[in-house]
Amino acid sequence: MARLVILGAGVSGHTAATFAKKWLGSSHEVVVVTPNSKWNWIPSNIWVGVGQMSKKDVTFELKPVYDKLGIDYRQAKAVSIHPEGSENQASPFVTVEHTSDARKGESEEITYDYLINATGPKLNFGATEGLGPDGGYSYSVCTADHATEAAAVLKEKFDRIKRGEKQKILVGTGHGMCTCQGAAFEYIFNIDTELRRAGIRDMADLQWISNESFLGDFGVGGVHIKRGGYVASSKLFAESLYTEKGINWTTGAHVTKVEEGVAHYEKLDGSTGSIDFDFSMLIPPFAGVGLKAFGKDGQDITDTLFAPNGFLKVDGDYSGKPFEEWDASDWPKNYQNPTYKNIFAVGIAFAPPHPISKPMKSPNGTPIFPTPPRTGMPSGIIGKAVANSIVDMINGAPEPTHETSMAEMGAACIASVGKGMFSGEAVALTVYPVVPDYKKYPGTGRDQNYTMGEIGLAGHWIKHTLHHMFLWKAQLKPGWSLIPE
Amino acid sequence: MQHDVEKNVKPYEQTFNTMVPSPFVKFMRKCVIWQFIRFVIINVKMIIVVSKSH
Ligand SMILES: Cc1cc2nc3c(=O)[nH]c(=O)nc-3n(C[C@H](O)[C@H](O)[C@H](O)COP(=O)(O)OP(=O)(O)OC[C@H]3O[C@@H](n4cnc5c(N)ncnc54)[C@H](O)[C@@H]3O)c2cc1C
Repeated sequence: MARLVILGAGVSGHTAATFAKKWLGSSHEVVVVTPNSKWNWIPSNIWVGVGQMSKKDVTFELKPVYDKLGIDYRQAKAVSIHPEGSENQASPFVTVEHTSDARKGESEEITYDYLINATGPKLNFGATEGLGPDGGYSYSVCTADHATEAAAVLKEKFDRIKRGEKQKILVGTGHGMCTCQGAAFEYIFNIDTELRRAGIRDMADLQWISNESFLGDFGVGGVHIKRGGYVASSKLFAESLYTEKGINWTTGAHVTKVEEGVAHYEKLDGSTGSIDFDFSMLIPPFAGVGLKAFGKDGQDITDTLFAPNGFLKVDGDYSGKPFEEWDASDWPKNYQNPTYKNIFAVGIAFAPPHPISKPMKSPNGTPIFPTPPRTGMPSGIIGKAVANSIVDMINGAPEPTHETSMAEMGAACIASVGKGMFSGEAVALTVYPVVPDYKKYPGTGRDQNYTMGEIGLAGHWIKHTLHHMFLWKAQLKPGWSLIPE
Repeated sequence: MQHDVEKNVKPYEQTFNTMVPSPFVKFMRKCVIWQFIRFVIINVKMIIVVSKSH
């Protein structure tokens, strides 16, 4: 009997765990280690953040779901990986620390035959002084709890406006090396919609700030879309939407410090400035969750397993080549660690070979550019492909049997602009491939037959359907495995 | 005739160099019949991209 241990039950880890167990049946063990008792459909946190949904609408208890499928669930956080075992333990193992009320703080060693790291990002608020809801001056929608807190504060700001006080609202990225601009984009437009609905839009200044060198970069170097007989950059469409909704923007900005009511920044041209706000939601930069790795003799081998940003090294090209030499083949395909062949990483936890957007620096040497996003669809697809490979390896395959590269896969994204069955809007976007391939698709880097975008009510209907569909799938309700990632 | 959304365009400011939607475009974005057609078309396109990616 083989044991597959999966660290993290987010989009990618949950997908990997559920498919692996479905395919392996009861003859092999699947163990999931994750610190939260609830699963969260993160994309809908945006609607929690504007009070249109509650935490209950976007989460569910994991244990009953895992019990149903026979997955061994440990509510704990992984602390270290011991890929060679230790002097007292011949098998490779992970050390975990329990987080449930019953076993809080208890440490445990879990041996494995195969390991998937799906721990997602550490929300690195500490990278910018004063950033984040815990002791800082900005809010976040990255977790359901953060979004609930943001909604309560936002409501209070709305009440102030209703009493006749003008309010300044700042939304964007809180550091020069953030990803996830899409989430901030959704949040600022949902706030705009809610203000309009309340009839108080004219009393609020909405201001965007981000590390993108141009509006509409989204960490993927922007995207060209066929529209009205032209192929045009997402910059044009994004600027159009911000103008239409009366939202000001500052791009190419690294937020250096957040104080009460003011965010300071440095721009790509070297200039500095500050923006006042009454309410601010700034996405933090992401890092690996800080897992350590140790050799058999207890020696620290974290550098062997992990890249400096804390993400796990897989089969990507980490040689650090300049932008001009980037190639589609740099991107990982089977997500296997090159040193320890029974360790894999999926979703945000794998180390990307380099950014997707062109790296840029201010004259002072400050890097200001988006790091590569790994959104829900690629995270799910990678999780499933890796589960498939591991199942085959458990059944005797000598190496991973499934490959999927972000330079060869597309992504479908729906960015909400406002919720409402007849008054809602969202941008529906497909991008193919996620990582532009300028050799295969000279000019735009993307196949224009499969890359498209448009805004409208239909996008909202799709976003709403996806909310219910993915919660259905994640809860393993009838037909779950037929719903694509 | 100047449309409402054009008022957001400020000469020689950042909003001056982009395009803004006409009232017809804005109407079509919320027109239930047209959006139902788009719903079907976008879904088909997304399914094609999803199937190419698996
Ligand atoms: C506000 C917001 C909106 C978004 N909207 C969209 C969208 O509309 N569409 C889209 O495609 N993508 C969206 N994304 C991105 C999407 O959420 C991510 O791509 C996806 O969650 C990544 O999946 P993951 O499994 O890698 O990480 P996660 O989903 O973050 O999961 C990581 C898991 O690991 C657990 N974990 C953390 N530390 C440890 C540890 N030490 N040991 C064990 N487990 C650990 C966490 O608790 C979590 O369960 C959004 C993201 C945000 C923040």
